[in-house]
Amino acid sequence: MSEWWTYRPSDLLMFSPRIYARLFEAVNLQWWPLALLLPLAGLAWAWLLWRRGAGLRPGLVALGAVWIFVAWSFHLERFVPINWAAVGFAAGFALQGAGLLGLALNGAVRVRPQGVRGVAGLVLWLLALAAHPLLAAAQGRTWLQAEVFGLAPDPTAIATLGLWLWLQPLTRAAIGLSRLLGVLPLLWCGVSALMLSTMQSHQAWVPGLAAVLALAGLAVRPAGR
Amino acid sequence: MLAAGCLPAAAATSTLLQRRVPSSGEMLPAVGLGSWITFNVGQDLPARDACVEVVRAFFAAGGRLIDSSPMYGSSQPTIGHALARLGQPPALFSAEKVWIGEAAQGLAQVEASRRHWGVPRFDLMQVHNLWAWQAHLPRLLAMKAEGRLRYVGISTSEGRRHAELEQIMRTQRIDFVQLTYNPLDREAEARLLPLAAERGIAVIANRPFREGHLLRALQRHALPPWAAELDCAHWATLVLKFIVTHPAVTCAIPATSQVAHLRQNMAALQGRQPDAALRERIAREIAARV
Repeated sequence: MSEWWTYRPSDLLMFSPRIYARLFEAVNLQWWPLALLLPLAGLAWAWLLWRRGAGLRPGLVALGAVWIFVAWSFHLERFVPINWAAVGFAAGFALQGAGLLGLALNGAVRVRPQGVRGVAGLVLWLLALAAHPLLAAAQGRTWLQAEVFGLAPDPTAIATLGLWLWLQPLTRAAIGLSRLLGVLPLLWCGVSALMLSTMQSHQAWVPGLAAVLALAGLAVRPAGR
Repeated sequence: MLAAGCLPAAAATSTLLQRRVPSSGEMLPAVGLGSWITFNVGQDLPARDACVEVVRAFFAAGGRLIDSSPMYGSSQPTIGHALARLGQPPALFSAEKVWIGEAAQGLAQVEASRRHWGVPRFDLMQVHNLWAWQAHLPRLLAMKAEGRLRYVGISTSEGRRHAELEQIMRTQRIDFVQLTYNPLDREAEARLLPLAAERGIAVIANRPFREGHLLRALQRHALPPWAAELDCAHWATLVLKFIVTHPAVTCAIPATSQVAHLRQNMAALQGRQPDAALRERIAREIAARV
């Protein structure tokens, strides 16, 4: 594209907010009852991690599968037809899924949801799993358009940031991998915030604040080290 | 009283406002149909069916020119779906674009676009946003010479690269130019529109409503009483009458996904039209409201 620097985000937004919102409706209906089960499974896993520090490795495998599933079922199947840039989003989500699976295989990691960082992680988990699905209805859209963990990219990325703040890698390789696994969720939150703000949606604040909270939590020294 | 500033009424559909394509003499209705954003509905079947109704209403109101681009996501298949459902309306004037940096792949892209539309050939092929125009134009002109296109053009938007566009208009044998023109974006009036008239190049005006922002701003205000003397009941009709009555403009291409809005747009083809003085008043009063 020539003179690309003269283009604003609004010049590149090639779909309407109405059609974007209907993507979530289509995905929720296609995969029902996963729209109910996946957030409940996410809540159960978060509770296990928070209270008992248990279930990390099988959960990482499941979370990796969820990222790959979102790459295919949302980005490739639904988003690419209205936004050619979504091919790149799909690749990023698949890469993140592979990274999570790699961390599960590596195994040199545990969760320590303690201190300020632990609380920040818990807020992100609850935002993703409990609050985010309410946003569609809060903005006057139908419940069918609720964005839920496991099917929609935003709550999936925000929940992953919550987990990210709880991870305590135990080896150099695990440290590198776990650091990398925060990058793509942060990038997606930035992309989503920009996209939603270009659509003049108040919801743009949610991924934006989630990214800020994750970075702020990361800046705090972990408890008990 | 405004009657002195109005051109005569075009009351019946047989007297819809049409403009001549200078290079051929072909007449085109002065309002076409754009597809940026509004027809990019992906696999959303209800939304796709709604687009069919928009296209149906467009042809029913006397429309002909539909414009799209490979850049517009799923807009091309949406148009193809509508045309197939409507039995390939013979009135269609298909306006497409080539949008690719690798000029060698331009013809393949044109063919892919043609398959999406389901038409035997395009009427007009434009180089989108001047991208690689030096390489694309000779190929498109060769296609025109072979009868595989009827017209060749070039497009830009939002006032970008007007100096280069002017140079192309002066040196290349193009039939159409597409640029942004509306009551607020009038830069083209200074040089490009007079040059188009001088060189016999048809003009398609894009972004007539600034992607809807102009109409959303205007809808906070009541339509002035004198608009009725131009047979305008909506801001959209008034804005389009301003655009298509510039002597050098051939066609404006508003995009919409709603039949009601389509009808407001197509109403610009009918009724009394503003003369030069009234066009200035329209622009002035719109600028004062946004």
